[in-house]
Amino acid sequence: MIEFTGVSKVYPNGTRALNDINLKIEEGEFVAVIGLSGAGKSTLLRLINQLIPATSGTVTFDGTDVTSAGGKELRNIRRQIGMIFQGFNIVKRASVLTNVLSGRVAYHPTWKTILGLFPEEDKQIAYRALQRVDILEKVHSRASDLSGGQQQRVAIARALAQEPRLMLADEPVASLDPITTIQVMDYLKKINEEDGITTIANLHHVDLALKYSSRVVGVREGKIVYDVKIKDIDKKTFLADLEKVYGRAIHHDEMLGEG
Amino acid sequence: MDKIVVPKPRNLRRNAVVLSVVFLIVGSAVFAGFNPIEIIENFSKGKRLLGRMFLPPDWSYSAKVISPLLETIRMAIVGTFWGALTALPVAVLAAGNFLKNPWISKPVRLILNVFRTIPAMVLASLFVAVYGIGPFSGVVALSIFTFGLISKLTYESIEAIDFGQVEALMSLGADKPNILRYAIMPQILPQFMSYTLYGFEVNVRAAAVLGYVGAGGIGQTFEHNLAWRNFDRVGVIIVISFVVVLIIDFVSSHIRKRLV
Ligand SMILES: Nc1ncnc2c1ncn2[C@@H]1O[C@H](COP(=O)(O)OP(=O)(O)O)[C@@H](O)[C@H]1O
Ligand SMILES: [Mg+2]
Repeated sequence: MIEFTGVSKVYPNGTRALNDINLKIEEGEFVAVIGLSGAGKSTLLRLINQLIPATSGTVTFDGTDVTSAGGKELRNIRRQIGMIFQGFNIVKRASVLTNVLSGRVAYHPTWKTILGLFPEEDKQIAYRALQRVDILEKVHSRASDLSGGQQQRVAIARALAQEPRLMLADEPVASLDPITTIQVMDYLKKINEEDGITTIANLHHVDLALKYSSRVVGVREGKIVYDVKIKDIDKKTFLADLEKVYGRAIHHDEMLGEG
Repeated sequence: MDKIVVPKPRNLRRNAVVLSVVFLIVGSAVFAGFNPIEIIENFSKGKRLLGRMFLPPDWSYSAKVISPLLETIRMAIVGTFWGALTALPVAVLAAGNFLKNPWISKPVRLILNVFRTIPAMVLASLFVAVYGIGPFSGVVALSIFTFGLISKLTYESIEAIDFGQVEALMSLGADKPNILRYAIMPQILPQFMSYTLYGFEVNVRAAAVLGYVGAGGIGQTFEHNLAWRNFDRVGVIIVISFVVVLIIDFVSSHIRKRLV
């Protein structure tokens, strides 16, 4: 579904964030990307929907080269890719419904969505999405009135409203407490399993990666240094393998402590 | 116990700044021929004038003040409306983080800065020369003045938004108009409305003096009475204008506080 071929990213200030990445992700996988802060995880994710352009190499989505796509073509690719963020990035001054409906804008002519003219069918899609994450009762609340965990669920609902084929999650639980963390991860997992939506999540906590993903990819200094399916993980060498990713023994705070 | 000796802070730079500021103020005063003693010397003259204006004001003239005062407020409203309406789209063009095209934002900003350096009075005299004496010239002047004021404040607000919300809309395939509608407008609209109210407050005060150059409103009545040395009427105009401006400022700033 996703394929990176020889992808490098150098930011305008000269930072080489990714270096010659080759990576293939199959339909239906739940990939956890782990690594130190600054390793290049966000960069990797943002190259898939072209929030940032690649410096060299190609990224394909279902065989379409996203790195050379622009305008309408790129927007049509993006609408199939949901993204959730550490900071939620929902529109705080808008209602929950408006936020979720905005996930539909790329499916309609601009003049209609600007006027807020969404078909009834879209509203049903939005309600269903909110129901999926158990927050339908907040549909008319102002987004800023919700707690962090609730805001992240609205963000997931907005992504679901896109009817996406791929879900990108950039540290989706890094701003949440342990209990809401489990809730949000559970929703992501459920969506991945029930709808078959391929999911790629950057995670700070190694045990979350182990618990929820089907495959762990380790990034260090812009390179992929670890890439193993959960079912193939060798418990005996796992901690030593993690040292390859982190360059040191795993810290206590990189484990959530849920076992 | 040993006494701890800490070196004195080096305030060289601060002293230099203070010294130059004092020098600038004193220098400017001398250059402008400003002399505090002169104020005191002319005090009795001023006192006599104040007496003729306010002891007592010609209250019978009050009714005649209402109509030009309403005209002043109408000028301020219409000027604020057009200024704000045109400022919003231009502010979007001037903001560096929306179109991300410095070939557009930089020149637009340059033009805005030029607009902002022209005082409302100068604009008004200009338009009186073009469109003739009357409130229309005042409204055009106020519109342009408001446009300069609000567009600058608004584009700065746009540049200070939470860009994460914009990125989220980009990530789901929104085009620029939708990003504007769903990520930027909700963030800046309360501020924009607050700036518009502020513009209105400023405009009421500006409109009140614009008449002095013939651009309509209470200022024209003021100038007329001053020319005829009807000081007791001038007193009434000042008192009533003062009260009205005060009320408008109070109400407007109260609403503004609740907006943002
Ligand atoms: N917009 C940017 N401009 C310049 N350097 C950046 C930018 N974004 C990230 N970087 C740098 O690129 C590297 C990888 O960053 P990132 O992908 O955010 O890492 P991670 O998500 O793993 O913490 C870091 O060194 C970071 O400082
Ligand atoms: Mg990151």
